[in-house]
Amino acid sequence: MAKRVGLEVSLAVADAVKMSKAEVVSAYPITPQTHIVEELSHFVANGELDAAFIPVESEHSAMSAAMGSAATGARTYTATSSQGLALMNEMLPIASAMRLPIVMTIANRSLSGPISIWNDHSDIMSIRDVGWVQIFVENGQEAFDISVCAFKIAEDHRVLLPMGVNMDGFMLSHMIEPVEFPDQSDIDDFLPGFTAKMILDPAEPVTMGPVGVPEVYMEAKVQCEQALINSKPVVKEVLDGFAAKFGRQYNLVETNGKEGAKTLFVTMGSLGETVMTSVDEMNADGKDVGQVRIRLWRPFPQEEFLAAVKGADKLIVLDRALSPGGVRGPVASELASLFHGQADAPEIVNVVAGLGGRDVSVDEFKEIYETAQSGGFKDAYTVWGVMSNA
Amino acid sequence: MSEVTQLIHHYLRHNKKFPHMLCAGCGHGILLGSLIRSVHNAGLSKDEVVVISGIGCSGRLAVYVDFNTIHTTHGRALTFATGIKMANPELVVIVLMGDGDALSIGGNHLIHAARRNIGVNAIILNNEIYGMTGGQCSSTTPQDCFSMTTPFGQLEKSFDIVDMALASGANFVARTTAFHAQLTDEVIGQALANPGFNLIEFFSPCHTQYGRKNKYKNAIAMYQDLKSKTMDVDKYKALEESKREGVMPIGVFLKRDDPALETRYAGVRAKLQEAKQKKAEAAKAAQAKPAKAKEPKPDKGAKGKETKQDKGDKA
Ligand SMILES: Cc1ncc(C[n+]2csc(CCOP(=O)(O)OP(=O)(O)O)c2C)c(N)n1
Ligand code: SF4
Ligand SMILES: [Mg+2]
Repeated sequence: MAKRVGLEVSLAVADAVKMSKAEVVSAYPITPQTHIVEELSHFVANGELDAAFIPVESEHSAMSAAMGSAATGARTYTATSSQGLALMNEMLPIASAMRLPIVMTIANRSLSGPISIWNDHSDIMSIRDVGWVQIFVENGQEAFDISVCAFKIAEDHRVLLPMGVNMDGFMLSHMIEPVEFPDQSDIDDFLPGFTAKMILDPAEPVTMGPVGVPEVYMEAKVQCEQALINSKPVVKEVLDGFAAKFGRQYNLVETNGKEGAKTLFVTMGSLGETVMTSVDEMNADGKDVGQVRIRLWRPFPQEEFLAAVKGADKLIVLDRALSPGGVRGPVASELASLFHGQADAPEIVNVVAGLGGRDVSVDEFKEIYETAQSGGFKDAYTVWGVMSNA
Repeated sequence: MSEVTQLIHHYLRHNKKFPHMLCAGCGHGILLGSLIRSVHNAGLSKDEVVVISGIGCSGRLAVYVDFNTIHTTHGRALTFATGIKMANPELVVIVLMGDGDALSIGGNHLIHAARRNIGVNAIILNNEIYGMTGGQCSSTTPQDCFSMTTPFGQLEKSFDIVDMALASGANFVARTTAFHAQLTDEVIGQALANPGFNLIEFFSPCHTQYGRKNKYKNAIAMYQDLKSKTMDVDKYKALEESKREGVMPIGVFLKRDDPALETRYAGVRAKLQEAKQKKAEAAKAAQAKPAKAKEPKPDKGAKGKETKQDKGDKA
């Protein structure tokens, strides 16, 4: 029987990895990821998880070791955050090019400097284009469920790509939330062991990661991109399969608030839950506002997003990272490209908020809504909440 | 306030970063006090000292002291220091690193800084654990000891920092502990006066993240342990091999004054400078013979360049 337990979300993720029967975990500690891998090392030590735990000497090594492990066909997991993700950067596009289905949790935290251990999306946005499947979760249950799904998605032979599961550092990773744990046998049914397609095998030797001379580089790159694009239906299929088995439905894009609202907040990550409360309260006050939450970030669910915002004439797009010197924040830029050339494209109001752990309250989102309604946001994007006397 | 405390306070940034974040019994503060005394005794001004730290509890020390300081990233303090020393050899560069900084994530930089013999004083605050992130094993966590990521006991061997520094080519290598404040003052003083890459390993008790998990009743027990298991390195060397088990030698292991990289580099630059000057003089002499009229113009250009080069040498 499935059981419901109140626990820290990081520990729920560790449980998900354990129940997914990861075979190799390599990691280097960094706040706020530490509790996940510490818990996994305990599972390994007390025999609950039959895996090799490698406490490597840096994140660069964590990713390299994970790649080595996945190349032998082992189910492989790692987790990191911020500077750690930055240090992994060199390996990330190679992991996708080598088609290694590693699953990594990223406890999103701002990049230095100034040094900050708190939450925003500057870490993940800096590695947007590495060719990984990238998904965002908003709460503890989702963090558990999606972590299990991630192995199934990444290891699917139609995908064979690494997958990053983003969860907001502290704001989500360190929250204590009720999480329902399915039975191990049900998870085993849903997620059988990993059968690799191409591995390092002495009987059938292969070379991974060789040079791509100009005559083949582009073709290899495009194939890899195609694999990422083609992963979208598999992500959907796995999430739907999860819903059929466990009763919790996750879509690539979610909507809430007043149906057919003319103004929609667009969010990604756990701040979306604050917006949800704000939208509910505004709806109760008779305001014409709703919300769209992006769950899958790469590949971007274009059709699903367009369907979700159909009929809206204004999108208030929340970004948790700056794109310094760019036209807008990363999510708003994405949407601007998506709507390019569309006759009935909604107006995009872009608000960059909550950098480096700065809280944005329910009331502030109401203020943002009112400002957007009165045309108060004049620029292509507005950085919300910067104190003038700081 | 006692004289010693007053002296320390003179070098702290009172207004900014206090109270500090170190736990009661942490050895890191003892090192900071020792560092301040040593800088003071060496007669250095605050402005000629640069303190560079990595990330960790040890890394926080750089923000407490009133020198030029940079709080860098995890593991890269030595490379920042290398850049600083090459750009401005006049500065006295002190690098504070945790064991994670220096041996794990930045281990490569340590062996290369030693090999290069760059004129930097590196102090490794070895608490045998990643203190700041909550007590995960580091590359100096002794075999079989416990940490948040080795609940089964550390399976891997640990680095001996002194051996590593000796093997990598450091000029000066010493080991001291938080129990041995006077020795610490002494070895930092010696390092500050020595050219090239000077490395000090400083054992720093961390009861919060390491001691608790490894059967130390409290922080004091860790200091007592440092007292009882250490021995002066010369005495240690005289000890029979069979009696060395469990004894940790402390003191100065190596002291030599091979010229530092920046000094050798200055030598190369001086030579180049000399050659350039000679060439310019030769050209001048050659020009002076046939056409007296042309004299002033090329001379001016050459002079302009020389001034720039001179500045570079000083910097
Ligand atoms: C690239 C990167 N990875 C991980 C971290 C997280 N981190 C911060 S301090 C630290 C370890 C600190 O241990 P140590 O260097 O021994 O210093 P101590 O706190 O023990 O003094 C780690 C892993 C980081 N800041 N940057
Ligand atoms: S955790 Fe350990 S190293 Fe960090 S301040 Fe406390 S005692 Fe010192
Ligand atoms: Mg340490």
